[in-house]
Amino acid sequence: MSNSALQLAKQAILVPTGLQESSIHRVMDQLFNGAVDSGDIYFQSSHYESWVLEDGIIKEGSHNIEQGAGVRALSGEKTGFAYSDKIDLSELLSAVKNVQAIARQGQTAKVALPAHTHVPQLYAPINPLSSLSDQQKVDFLRKIDSETRKLDARIEQVIISLVGVQDHILIANPGDSLAGDVRPLVRMNVSVIVEDKGRREQGSMGGGAREDYHYFLEQDRALGYGQEAVRQALINLDAVPAPAGSMTVVLGSGWPGILLHEAIGHGLEGDFNRKGTSAFSGRVGERVASALCTVVDDGTLQGRRGSLSIDDEGTTTQCTTLIENGVLKGYMQDKLNARLMGVQSTGNGRRESYAHTPMPRMTNTYMLPGESDPEEILQSVKNGLYAKNFSGGQVDITSGKFVFSASEAYLIENGKITRPVKGATLIGNGPEVLTRVSMVGNDLALDSGVGTCGKEGQSVPVGVGQPTLKIDALTVGGTNV
Amino acid sequence: MQTQEEISHLETTIHDLLLEPKNQGASAADAGLSIDTGLSVNARLGDVETIEHHCSQGLGVTVYFAQKKGSASSTDLSPQSIKETVTAACSIARYASEDPYAGLPEPEMLATECKDLDLSHPWELAAKDAIDLAISCEESARQYHTDISNSEGASVDTYQGIRVFGNSLGFLHGYASTRHSISCSVLGERDGNMERDYWYSVARKHQDLESAERVGIKAAQRTIQRLGARSLSSRKSPVLYSAEVANGLISSFLSAISGGSLYRKSSFLLDTLGTKIFPDFIHLYEQPHLPGALGSASYDAEGVSTQANKIVTDGILNSYLLSTYSARKLGMQTTGHAGGVHNLCIGTGDKNLGQLLKKMGTGLLVTELMGQGVNPVTGDYSRGASGFWVAQGEIQYPVQEITIAGNLKDMYQHILAVGNDIDYRGNIRTGSILIEEMAIAGE
Repeated sequence: MSNSALQLAKQAILVPTGLQESSIHRVMDQLFNGAVDSGDIYFQSSHYESWVLEDGIIKEGSHNIEQGAGVRALSGEKTGFAYSDKIDLSELLSAVKNVQAIARQGQTAKVALPAHTHVPQLYAPINPLSSLSDQQKVDFLRKIDSETRKLDARIEQVIISLVGVQDHILIANPGDSLAGDVRPLVRMNVSVIVEDKGRREQGSMGGGAREDYHYFLEQDRALGYGQEAVRQALINLDAVPAPAGSMTVVLGSGWPGILLHEAIGHGLEGDFNRKGTSAFSGRVGERVASALCTVVDDGTLQGRRGSLSIDDEGTTTQCTTLIENGVLKGYMQDKLNARLMGVQSTGNGRRESYAHTPMPRMTNTYMLPGESDPEEILQSVKNGLYAKNFSGGQVDITSGKFVFSASEAYLIENGKITRPVKGATLIGNGPEVLTRVSMVGNDLALDSGVGTCGKEGQSVPVGVGQPTLKIDALTVGGTNV
Repeated sequence: MQTQEEISHLETTIHDLLLEPKNQGASAADAGLSIDTGLSVNARLGDVETIEHHCSQGLGVTVYFAQKKGSASSTDLSPQSIKETVTAACSIARYASEDPYAGLPEPEMLATECKDLDLSHPWELAAKDAIDLAISCEESARQYHTDISNSEGASVDTYQGIRVFGNSLGFLHGYASTRHSISCSVLGERDGNMERDYWYSVARKHQDLESAERVGIKAAQRTIQRLGARSLSSRKSPVLYSAEVANGLISSFLSAISGGSLYRKSSFLLDTLGTKIFPDFIHLYEQPHLPGALGSASYDAEGVSTQANKIVTDGILNSYLLSTYSARKLGMQTTGHAGGVHNLCIGTGDKNLGQLLKKMGTGLLVTELMGQGVNPVTGDYSRGASGFWVAQGEIQYPVQEITIAGNLKDMYQHILAVGNDIDYRGNIRTGSILIEEMAIAGE
């Protein structure tokens, strides 16, 4: 653990509220007075701001503060949880009383965890909100707006948003000193509407990272978002109806890795597998993908949107191999599900905030590169679809059926990309789809830092990535039957 | 009454808060405050799994310096924090641009009389009783059929909240509301394939909830019906949206006629006021003052009074859904829709779901949709679906791993019927909707 992150988190959370560390120990002792197996207290203080430019003017901005503490008691498979927006001793003690009700039949088994040794810090404990002055922020948005508008006469509307977050976290675990983290996160998005001969289309591009706002100034990233949004919108102006039915699909590199997130990732989260409700339950060691496929969930990438130095239970994150050369290797775990399945947490215990309970969640999920040249992959397809960009996706982890929606796609005819087609939803079966991967590109790319994953009403930032992939058969939901 | 006292106290807080922006030089302001408490329990495989006690609060302030706007929010309601929140909003407003359309509503649009809409019926439910209820709900699901093989459990939730909103034109009002629900989700297994489905009941008064047993049985029935699902070959066919998924068709329409989408030109229904969107027999209207209903409200998110609007009559669009800001951008007047609609209802025919299946003859009954797949600018529509293949008006077999696609403009024009099997569980109250033809993609 970086001392400076822990010290800064203590300063941000304990100093303003006047809560002493000794009081936290007292609350923890009180919590373990009842018959509970485990438990934790999660303190959070979060500052968030957003700026929106629309119609060429800074339309609005907002500044938001969220802070509070969540207390959790675990007993067998049971969880008691309570939280408060006030961080003080009496609130914490009353939360403890509430959560202990869960533990009536439980047994005390206080587990001493290994003390935190050195935890690599994956991002600086900085405050993105103060990395530019407010005047610099609005000047920057105006500049990107005017430069984007210059790109094409058919642009009707440009909307730009800029969001910065600084999260301070403290986690009290039994038998361990406090863990802490300071998490910066920035996100920017440019969306445009273009109009030509009465036809209108939209395009949208953004990015983000656990950095400060200078990230968007470097390498002309922000202007790049504008260019990409305009390019997508203009292409869609010419799109023809998409085909319908099962066909060969080539997925582009980067953000199309949302395929892995939906088709594979959710089904490999520990809670579903402990309960036996996932289409992947009990299948470790089985072949679930072609031998070309190796998929990992990696929370340790420097500065990425989905990365965490420690997860929301204080566990150091890691790179977990989910599928190796086509064989299912393991699941993503938080502490509760790891304990019940007799394994170690993989550092995937995440929660939206102090007001939510942790569960196994993805961090950055991606497929390792293969050997094929992307051009060679396209050339190998006689007739099919090349899907380059996607919007969102969804999965039913029990049946394994998943969807993801293409926002930029082209027909492939005789090995060549020909016409753009309208957006269409692709649907498949998680345990089957990767068995149909017949070529994997050498062009692994991660997404630009835009992913947000929803599970049981909780949203967390994530990353995805993949090289160009060829899937021999996938159902494309166009209108052209 | 304890709740009434708390509302009065919070109204005073907002009243006092609204003096602060003026001290800091703002010309106008509004502020809202909410406090929610709740209990949520989940039982799985016959035993309690989670007990969650909820207690959250929040404050939001928007200030105007003439035509410049800034907002701030906080979960800390201490006097010191309130002052800091106002300061943060003011500081942001100084950097916003002059926007000739920004500002509070015209004073005459604000609600003057706020009726008691009968929204608050607290449920004095001890955690132990909530657990027993959840266990009995799940038990009736698990006992329903031998193919029910596993469970995600049953949940019982109860929430009560207080909302207070005021602005510097003198509007100030607070009210309490409650919301309770029972839900259940179970798995079935046949021939090595698992399926999962769920059911829930939600109401402001716990006496209006479906019984725990009934919720469990419906969840089990829905799961069992899905077992043995197969894909379809690609084809064009009629599609019947069951009531619980038909509201998505209506909400895409509502978003296309909302002021924000219109002035941004990000709607497939631009310039359609007074034109025919639907067939003659479609009427959409709002009943914002229905006592005890889930979507009822006397005023919108800006304090503008809500009205019993006729949004679509004889298939013709009568009214957009406008907030003060979007109305000014479009040169119109607010319709009291800041924050959305309130109890949007659809005029139904006289047919129930079974009769609609007969009317359809051969086609697809959709009971679940997956993914977003709607382009709001063009109306192009393509979503994952599951449901049942229907022939001669009878359900033949469950289907999944298919998509349904079309364009919403065409789909609206080709609605053949709306069923009287209304789903009352949300803010949009619709029955099943039969569409003449869509593209189905499958294996």
